[in-house]
Amino acid sequence: MIEIRNITKVFGAGEHAVTALQEINVNIAENEFFTLLGPSGCGKTTLLRLIAGFEHPSTGSMLLAGEDISLLPPNKRPVNTVFQNYALFPHMTVAGNIAFGLEMLGRPKAEVAETVDRMLRLVRMEELKNRQTSEISGGQQQRVALARALAPQPKVLLLDEPLSALDLKLRKEMQIELKRLQSETGITFVFVTHDQEEALTMSDRIAVMNAGRIHQIGSPRQIYDHPENRFVANFIGDSNFLNAKLGNIKDDQAELEFAAGRKVTVPLHRADLSDGEVSVLIRPEHVSIAEPTGNSHELTGVIENIVYFGTDTHYHLKLASGEAFMARLQNNPSEAEKRAAGDKVAVLMDAKAIQILRD
Amino acid sequence: MTVQADPVTVDKAVEIERDARRRDVRMRWLLSAPALTIITLFAAGPLLIVLVYSFLTPGNYGNVKWIFSIDAWTNVVVQRDIFDNTLQWADAHLSIFWRSLKLSIVTTILTAIFGIPTAYFIATRSAKTRNLWLFLITIPFWTNLLVRTIAVQELIRTEGVINNVLRMLHIIDTPIQMMFTDFAIGFGMTYVYLPLMVLPVYASIEKLDFRLVEAGYDLYASRWTCFRRIILPLVKPGMIAGSILVFVPSLGAYVTPRVLGGGKNLMFGNLIELQFGQGRNWPLGAALSISLMVLVMVALIYYTRISSGGDKQNG
Repeated sequence: MIEIRNITKVFGAGEHAVTALQEINVNIAENEFFTLLGPSGCGKTTLLRLIAGFEHPSTGSMLLAGEDISLLPPNKRPVNTVFQNYALFPHMTVAGNIAFGLEMLGRPKAEVAETVDRMLRLVRMEELKNRQTSEISGGQQQRVALARALAPQPKVLLLDEPLSALDLKLRKEMQIELKRLQSETGITFVFVTHDQEEALTMSDRIAVMNAGRIHQIGSPRQIYDHPENRFVANFIGDSNFLNAKLGNIKDDQAELEFAAGRKVTVPLHRADLSDGEVSVLIRPEHVSIAEPTGNSHELTGVIENIVYFGTDTHYHLKLASGEAFMARLQNNPSEAEKRAAGDKVAVLMDAKAIQILRD
Repeated sequence: MTVQADPVTVDKAVEIERDARRRDVRMRWLLSAPALTIITLFAAGPLLIVLVYSFLTPGNYGNVKWIFSIDAWTNVVVQRDIFDNTLQWADAHLSIFWRSLKLSIVTTILTAIFGIPTAYFIATRSAKTRNLWLFLITIPFWTNLLVRTIAVQELIRTEGVINNVLRMLHIIDTPIQMMFTDFAIGFGMTYVYLPLMVLPVYASIEKLDFRLVEAGYDLYASRWTCFRRIILPLVKPGMIAGSILVFVPSLGAYVTPRVLGGGKNLMFGNLIELQFGQGRNWPLGAALSISLMVLVMVALIYYTRISSGGDKQNG
């Protein structure tokens, strides 16, 4: 649906030039829920504004359904945006806002009225049709903004951190709502967020961005389980990074020796690795802890701190190598607190839980 | 366990509360006394004097005789023919009313045409240059009105800058007569009152959230439609305020029409001045002043009604 080819965006000129985006290449498929995820200032909003047409690329091109739209103004693109602050027209009613795009497209009055009603039903706002936008709550404004952007039936809907202004409960509701809207309308959604959980729960695919570059594109599971590099691993989920030495690479297996002791044979997910020092990612929830057996291959540590979270407990350990390590164990009622700070424990894990990073 | 209220205590409580309320009322009057004094002394008082004077008889050398008469009020709209004593419309007054109204409306429209783009231009500059532009707009305010009006005269008189330039460029052979015409008055008033339009419009444009314009642009509106459907309705309050600020003083303008219009193109302000000066007819001057006030009020009520009525259609 959208092909972004080698796009670079530079703001300003000369000494003050700032490169907001660097060599961005993305293909977004039809009817996909695609998320741009990254910390603030990573360029995700700039990329969204480029797709909307508010900015034009410095180099590179953008195709929508095979047609080059790089230089088209926003009002000529079949793309609509849900703005971060909603940007509802304060001098119009809810219905007036939703009708705006359709009126601009010159649709007949009867069709406009009919579509507005359908949109109001879609976002469940029928009763508030004739309210002023200043008289409705933030969550309702959010729905109106969605209905307004969906009403002209764009090919692509852009969402610029639309949930960031809502409280937690409403945000969860809207996440489900957005997924429902996307599957009901069949429109391609491009969603910008800095909230990793939001990205993981809603997206078909995620592009993780930092400093104007895309670090990795993949499904939520790919990104979480097999991050390309330390930035992606760190940005999404909690991570333990350990130093280790890689050797004996054979086909898709290799031998890994942790700085903290223990040697394991691990499956390799990537071909671009060679013998030597590497960084290793282990997710805190992929391990468990047990009494040390005295085996020299064991990864052992001392509990420094225990934090209780209700559903689970975080054990902060210091490994024999001095590296910090966190294990997250689910709580269950049969297992009362049997460990305390200062206990020496062994870290148990499956070889599949170990991800070798390229850095 | 219920507590039986002692009737004596209840009475006492009521009394205490009544006292407190009385003290409250007294306090409120005391606190508003300065404002009330100023309003009485400087607004209501003089107005009352004007109203009383309008029902008196003119004195021989100005001033008034304390004899009740409604002549002044009838003279506002009709006049008695000195030969056959019949009543006729006071054509002179009516044409001056009309000219004042016409020129004030034209001035308001012209200040809007020049002022709104100016305000938009200033509001869209960077914060630092914005202040510079605002400063430039307000500079004329610090100059005496008469001096500014004479400056306009320098521009438009027969031997003035405009005529000289046009002649040098051989666009015209004989100078255009601009002084002492309605054009001169309109031109002068537009120049004098322009800041009164620019400032309130600027204030409302500056408050405008330009992301709304982006939203309109995103929803297939052209730039012009964005202006008409989004910017214009949202800066309307500023435009209404600016129009009132320009229209009201224009209607009673005195210095500018006097200097640029000469003796023959009178406006309302000049007519009133004439009665208190050479005319020595203070009651008529007073009646004309009150007529002007009523005219302004009617115009404002009408104006706010049509402009707020337009609001509803927008929804």
